[in-house]
Amino acid sequence: MSSTGTGKGSRMHTLESAIRSFIVDNFLFGEGENGLKNEDSLLENGLIDSTGILELVAFIQQSFKLIVEDEEIVPDNLDSIDKIAKFVKRKDEARVRNNGGKP
Amino acid sequence: MCGICGVLNLNSKPVSAQVVEKMAETIRHRGPDQNGVYTDGKVGLGHRRLSIIDVACGQQPMPNADKSLWISFNGEIFNYVELREDLERRGHRFRTRSDTEVILHLYEEHGEECVQHFNGQWAFAIWDRKKDRLFLSRDRLGVRPLFYTLNNETFIFGSEIKAILACPEVRRELDLIGLDQIFTFWCTRAPRTIFRNILELPPGHSLLVEAGRIRTWPYWQLDYPQQNEKLSEKDWAERLLELLMDATRIRLRSDVPVGAYLSGGLDSTVVTAIIRRHSEARLKTFSVVFEDPEFDERRYQREAVDFLRTEHHEVGITGEDIARVFPKVIWHAEKPVLRSAPAPLFLLSSLVRNQGYKVVLSGEGADEILGGYDIFKEAKIRRFWGRRLESRFRPLLLKRLYPYLGNLRSQSQSYLKAFFHVGAEDLANPLFSHLPRWELTSRIKGFFSEDLRTELRGYSALEELASSLPAAFASWDDFTKSQYLEASCLFPGYILSSQGDRMGMAHSVEGRFPFLDHRVVELAMQIPPQLKMKVLSEKHILKRATTELVPAAVTSRSKQPYRAPDSASFFSRGKASEPYVEEMLASARIRHEGVFNPTKVGKLYDKIKRGGVIGVKDNMALLGILSTQLVISQFIGNQ
Repeated sequence: MSSTGTGKGSRMHTLESAIRSFIVDNFLFGEGENGLKNEDSLLENGLIDSTGILELVAFIQQSFKLIVEDEEIVPDNLDSIDKIAKFVKRKDEARVRNNGGKP
Repeated sequence: MCGICGVLNLNSKPVSAQVVEKMAETIRHRGPDQNGVYTDGKVGLGHRRLSIIDVACGQQPMPNADKSLWISFNGEIFNYVELREDLERRGHRFRTRSDTEVILHLYEEHGEECVQHFNGQWAFAIWDRKKDRLFLSRDRLGVRPLFYTLNNETFIFGSEIKAILACPEVRRELDLIGLDQIFTFWCTRAPRTIFRNILELPPGHSLLVEAGRIRTWPYWQLDYPQQNEKLSEKDWAERLLELLMDATRIRLRSDVPVGAYLSGGLDSTVVTAIIRRHSEARLKTFSVVFEDPEFDERRYQREAVDFLRTEHHEVGITGEDIARVFPKVIWHAEKPVLRSAPAPLFLLSSLVRNQGYKVVLSGEGADEILGGYDIFKEAKIRRFWGRRLESRFRPLLLKRLYPYLGNLRSQSQSYLKAFFHVGAEDLANPLFSHLPRWELTSRIKGFFSEDLRTELRGYSALEELASSLPAAFASWDDFTKSQYLEASCLFPGYILSSQGDRMGMAHSVEGRFPFLDHRVVELAMQIPPQLKMKVLSEKHILKRATTELVPAAVTSRSKQPYRAPDSASFFSRGKASEPYVEEMLASARIRHEGVFNPTKVGKLYDKIKRGGVIGVKDNMALLGILSTQLVISQFIGNQ
């Protein structure tokens, strides 16, 4: 995960921006960028279908160098920009912990 | 098989033979063997002939003995031999051996009710000089197409819309509701078409233009009566096989050789096997094979060929082939399509024609009338799950149902629940069986331009369909409801049209479908649903009826729907594989036509060009946008 900011808040903001940009480009095709709130449900707004989930997972794995397990593919982790950002953050922190504190 | 067209001036102005000839010329591909025009004052009939029965004497338009009736006919009346014998017994005298003349005699006897006697696939127009009226009719299931329009005081009809558009006074405009329907159901719902003010005569309907008025009415409808007679499974199977044998026998009536499509699935193998029972003559069969193993069925095709000893011919299809012929496919289909599946069938009919054949039998219709499609199973599983939503095991059946859709394998229950619409509200919806497909497809309307969305505000294709269901619909069981939705919507509007008649006739090849013999259809509508789909075994009764006829490998294989490579076909190494793709999807072009949002189309284009995971929705969107742009370019232009 890369970040241009220095603080935790800034890193989270960058993460959310990257996820937002992916969703706007791939599921909204550029439309309604300003209308999409970080807490909006991707399912309820009809933004994601069964292939969309796979696209999202592929994006997370490639962009943030994480492995997403099958049992983690649930709306609690992936159904909004907020949830995805928190999920990525949790996964990344766990990885750093497991790696003896190294990034 | 042929092409028909015509004009009737309600204000009695004379019709120009040149105009009718020009109309007929646009559908030359439907009948390259002969052309004919008949004009008589305010009426003109045109005909393009593909000579199949009574090659020497069946020219059209054809009059009756006293020339008070003139017919232009596209199709086949397969029971014409029996009808003719009966008419001769009652004193009718015939000048030809054609089925066309039988229609005229039967019309003399029964008027508009003549169609009740026909077993076949037809679209025809009869000019009745004495009664000063024009009678049109289309077969029960909609195998043969028929379109019409009333333009000022001129009634114009044709086998294809391009014949109607050949009349200079006809305006060429997109029907926006028709477009919405295609982006919901994959097809328009008759009588609506994709062209404003041009209508399709629905399957099983007749039309009369008389005293300045147009009247249409159904003479036959899909119905699923309660079967009171208690028949055993064995009895149903025997009845079905008996009728299928006869339906195939009369579909072999032809003065030119008849071949068969052999897809590797149960239905076409059954038809080919029955042909074999009726005739020891050499039989040519034809199929498509795909370079991409995801779509290819050659293994099963070859099993069937070895078993049935046919002379088999294949056409190999690549994505590049699909992209290359796609504009021609749209020219023939005359409507946007959301799948590329018509393109291989276009290439297949070319193979048939190059082998010197004009007629092929196929298994079309079996999935609709005997419950073969996955959507029927899917609905059954969804309903089963919906009754106990907390079950962890019931949704696993959905993953088993679609082993070829890798994207479902890793999905959690909560996602499946949302994608497959299994909530209480969904269970109560009359369109339950088709909701996942239609809701998913509807999402691609997000690519419509702001202007178009404003125009369509307040219109809902699903609500319109739900409010137009037949009165008996509510009394039918769930399986029957799903069968009806499939057989009344996608089947005539897409399968028999964009994948059927249009792709065959593009190369002057006539398809004949034993499963669509109305006797077979009417029997199938009475067979109890549990014998069509036994637990989750599709077309159970057909398998039971034909065990002896087809190789075990074909009967026991899991059902694979016919699919073809979609959006990836149009790109190669990060670039559009054909210049027209870039041209049609260029931002300026999209903006100029005004149907789609250029920014969104640009992003979709870039996404697909990049490759990677491309889902059903994106595939449908690209195909839908590209084909709509082609329809506008080919048929509407800069009016």
